[in-house]
Amino acid sequence: MEHFTPWSALAGGELIGLATVLLMFANGRIAGISGILGGLLSRPDGDSAWRLWFIGGMLVAPLLVTLVSGSAPDFVMQADWWAVILGGLLVGVGTRLGSGCTSGHGVCGLSRLSLRSLAAVGIFMTTGMVTVTVLRLALGG
Amino acid sequence: MNRNLAAGLSGLVFGIGLTVSQMVNPAKVLAFLDILGDWDPSLLFVMGGALLVTAGGYRLAWMRPAPLYAERFQVPTDTSIDRKLALGAVMFGAGWGLVGLCPGPVIAALTLGGPKIWVFLLAMLAGMVIHLKTPVGKWVEA
Repeated sequence: MEHFTPWSALAGGELIGLATVLLMFANGRIAGISGILGGLLSRPDGDSAWRLWFIGGMLVAPLLVTLVSGSAPDFVMQADWWAVILGGLLVGVGTRLGSGCTSGHGVCGLSRLSLRSLAAVGIFMTTGMVTVTVLRLALGG
Repeated sequence: MNRNLAAGLSGLVFGIGLTVSQMVNPAKVLAFLDILGDWDPSLLFVMGGALLVTAGGYRLAWMRPAPLYAERFQVPTDTSIDRKLALGAVMFGAGWGLVGLCPGPVIAALTLGGPKIWVFLLAMLAGMVIHLKTPVGKWVEA
């Protein structure tokens, strides 16, 4: 795996931005993934269909990229089982309690110049960095 | 129907963006969070690219009186920076740092990973249900 990949990162980011704008332009909705998922769990009324379509599109995306580029994207997930379960729970509770994640607060919120989102992004990025650093030191990596 | 197709297309483009930028790879995300180690700043460029397009595109979209397929734009109005926001962000950041997955990549990478990513998804959904069904939000406020 190449380490620092600014161009593909920038291009991928622009596509994420395009998708985010499309959802606002067409449906007037924020492209926050934890919100889209959370809404499926909390509102089983007529507001579910577009959420499922969005998720379906996301699921197909890496398959399409694999088909076009001829190679599957790198995927390395080294976390131990305890970390997978604890991490999943923390991400689930945390994104609902904090009303958003990297997409909702990060992309949508920051582009609206929301101070609330800026605070959230600052806190979760710092906590993420501290967690990785502590874990690496604890495991002697 | 148009609404659903637009959402599907948005999800597809979003997922292609996550794939092209390698944000579907937990190791790549952890390399960004490992700021004191062998730091990989790529995620900043993903954010930067997304913000450039969204900041301009949102403003263009809002020049219209309403979205194409809905009655109104639904933009969050809450501006409070409170204990719920802070504790939620701390929990999310800790989970993100433990594994290298946030909600978007979890969905997009479901077909790439083995059983671990499915277990992560189930735990994440369980976490969302816990937030929904228990008064955890109220405890934090109290």
